Amino acid sequence: MSQDWQFVAIFLILSPIFPAAPVILNHLLGPKKPNPIKQQTYECGIETVGSSWVQFKVQYYIYALVFVIFDVEAVFLFPIAAAYGQLTLFSIFSVALFIFLLADGLAYAWGRGALEWI
Amino acid sequence: MTVEQIVFLLISAFTLSTAVIVVTKRNLFHAALALMATFLGVAGLYVTLDAGFLAAAQLLVYIGAISILVIFAIMMTRRLMQTTEPAYNAQSGFALVTAVISFGLIFWVFYVFREFWPLIPDAVTPLASKPIVADEILQGSVVVMGRSFVSSAAYVLPFEIASVLLLAALVGAIIVAWPKAEDKA
Repeated sequence: MSQDWQFVAIFLILSPIFPAAPVILNHLLGPKKPNPIKQQTYECGIETVGSSWVQFKVQYYIYALVFVIFDVEAVFLFPIAAAYGQLTLFSIFSVALFIFLLADGLAYAWGRGALEWI
Repeated sequence: MTVEQIVFLLISAFTLSTAVIVVTKRNLFHAALALMATFLGVAGLYVTLDAGFLAAAQLLVYIGAISILVIFAIMMTRRLMQTTEPAYNAQSGFALVTAVISFGLIFWVFYVFREFWPLIPDAVTPLASKPIVADEILQGSVVVMGRSFVSSAAYVLPFEIASVLLLAALVGAIIVAWPKAEDKA
């Protein structure tokens, strides 16, 4: 383990404090005068209807599928970007072919309407 | 115990305990959230093995994309958002057998091939310790990987095949997941 990861460890320990502190302080310091209207679930100021544990229609799930593919592509491209100064012309063309093949997929998804609200 | 061992034990305990939550929670949505914590723990294990790039890829792909897809799938599936489903079913015995066999196979592969580990040509690594890798290999491993992805002497063909595979996965996923005509109200 290199020294750099010690900073990550410090962040891992410290970062939960920032979102937790306001919640805990609010709980400890805030005056509590509950009434039924205050206890309602907040949903953009509208009264909520029924349970929230129901089937959702997630409108952009195909967008998420496309995102997974391009996330993996980014993982592939990162080491090449790190080695960019040492690449040959052959390497550049093979990266271009890699990106072209995936751009093809993006064009298919776009043409199919997968990037739209369906 | 060294600091590294303590960190390893802490991360392993975190990973295993969240993994137990994943398989025992009756609410699948909560299980999916615990699964994200498990992925984070696995990323931490990669860090203890000096595989920083793999840890970053794990964060980016598994926590950033695959967990979101899992949560979408749970939200879109009828009745799965309710907690009436039992956590175990009749296949739990077979699952146990499969898990034990898989663990045995992985352990056996690592044990048999420990002398042929490609990063350490002339060092036999005891199973209790991590592979001994030279510092310069670790420092430049991402650059070396990037170069070998696209050099004709190394992995350029698998690299391009990976792109074709991703393209096929993309097109296939869109075709399979595309809503059928009658679903569109």
